[in-house]
Amino acid sequence: MRQVIIIGSGPAGYTAAIYAARANLKPLVIASSVDFGGELMKTTEVENFPGFPDGIMGPDLMIQMQKQAERFGAEIVYDDVVELSLAGEVKTVKLGNGDVHEALTVIYATGSAYRKLGLEDETRLSGYGVSWCATCDGAFFRQKKVAVVGGGDSALEEATFLTRFADVVYLVHRRDQLRASAAMQDRAKADPKIRFVWNKEVAHIYGDEKVTGVGLVDTVDGSETTLDLSGLFIAIGADPRTHLVHGQLDLTPEGTIAVEGRTSKTNLSGVFAAGDVIDPTYKQAATAAGSGVVAALDAEHYLAALPQELLARAEGAAPVAVPA
Amino acid sequence: MSAKEVTDATFEADVLQSETPIMVDFWAEWCGPCRAVSPILDKIAEENSDKLRIVKLNVDDNPETAMKYGITSIPAMKVFRGGEVVKTVIGAKPKPALEADLAEFLA
Repeated sequence: MRQVIIIGSGPAGYTAAIYAARANLKPLVIASSVDFGGELMKTTEVENFPGFPDGIMGPDLMIQMQKQAERFGAEIVYDDVVELSLAGEVKTVKLGNGDVHEALTVIYATGSAYRKLGLEDETRLSGYGVSWCATCDGAFFRQKKVAVVGGGDSALEEATFLTRFADVVYLVHRRDQLRASAAMQDRAKADPKIRFVWNKEVAHIYGDEKVTGVGLVDTVDGSETTLDLSGLFIAIGADPRTHLVHGQLDLTPEGTIAVEGRTSKTNLSGVFAAGDVIDPTYKQAATAAGSGVVAALDAEHYLAALPQELLARAEGAAPVAVPA
Repeated sequence: MSAKEVTDATFEADVLQSETPIMVDFWAEWCGPCRAVSPILDKIAEENSDKLRIVKLNVDDNPETAMKYGITSIPAMKVFRGGEVVKTVIGAKPKPALEADLAEFLA
């Protein structure tokens, strides 16, 4: 049995692992089999994570965090959680390979998953022109026309990145202004390859074997237009990954896991949540990392108050009380 | 053991002329999900070495083949039999999901 199992390996999960490992709690990190490292594995240059004045590549940053956690004794398993039992004093975590792990505390930091448009042809053409990852697929659209759907930072980041390859990048947004930060907006608006398509929603994706265009509906007057293009990049946000804890952990109206005040405490004792899965607002690598710290300290504090005979059954040193 | 690299130059001989089913993993250095799926493919190849061969093709170094097979998203995995594509799997997936996609070649 473990003192701490951390589910998730983005900035929140790995930062929680660094803190828990430095406290000699020998955390086990369930990193996922293919999504390990989280969202930043799919980005390029990260310019706003403190400590890297020249920027750092997203995947490199995550590998550094992983190494830092391992240096202090965190153990990482590259598999997916398929079942969780969180209510009891001892929590159980079942993995895709059939292994079942037990722990006194669980830190849940699974982040969020890309939102889909919800169109019939979206799944069929996914990988054939429909994409959620410009850094993965952008290079296949050299000298082509593409569109990005969305109006937040990630949409503008994708659009700006795609100008390296595509001749024209349409930014399709359902309103007439963007949610994105001023810096991202300025960069995109100054880019001659980016063309803003305001007040439009994607209603159809056309193409038999690959994307050939989209049908747009005007959100103001309802008029319909089409746009010929080869690639459609969807960046309309993400939903917290909570399916494993439905019926166990309370959620907020926004769909994130409910935590108590500024802590990481969920409705179940010994279960803590951190990162984008509790954050409907900020969703930054640095805020997620900070949230991971909170969860590790909350878990440490909880463990320190458990009966000795229970702690004796778990791996790692006995936890020392930390100021709450 | 990691998968053999094939190139534009060797594709014909290594893949199209292959007598047994062979899967090509189209990948690139800069693709995070490709890095994630690569060890899983190595494992599947190792466990099924008598049934399915798995090779890799770097799309940056070998644009001709990538273009010929209309790759627009990586990782993309295509199974060839008798020189024809008989199965396409797109995107990094966990091992059990990939094994399910490839079941007909692993049986």
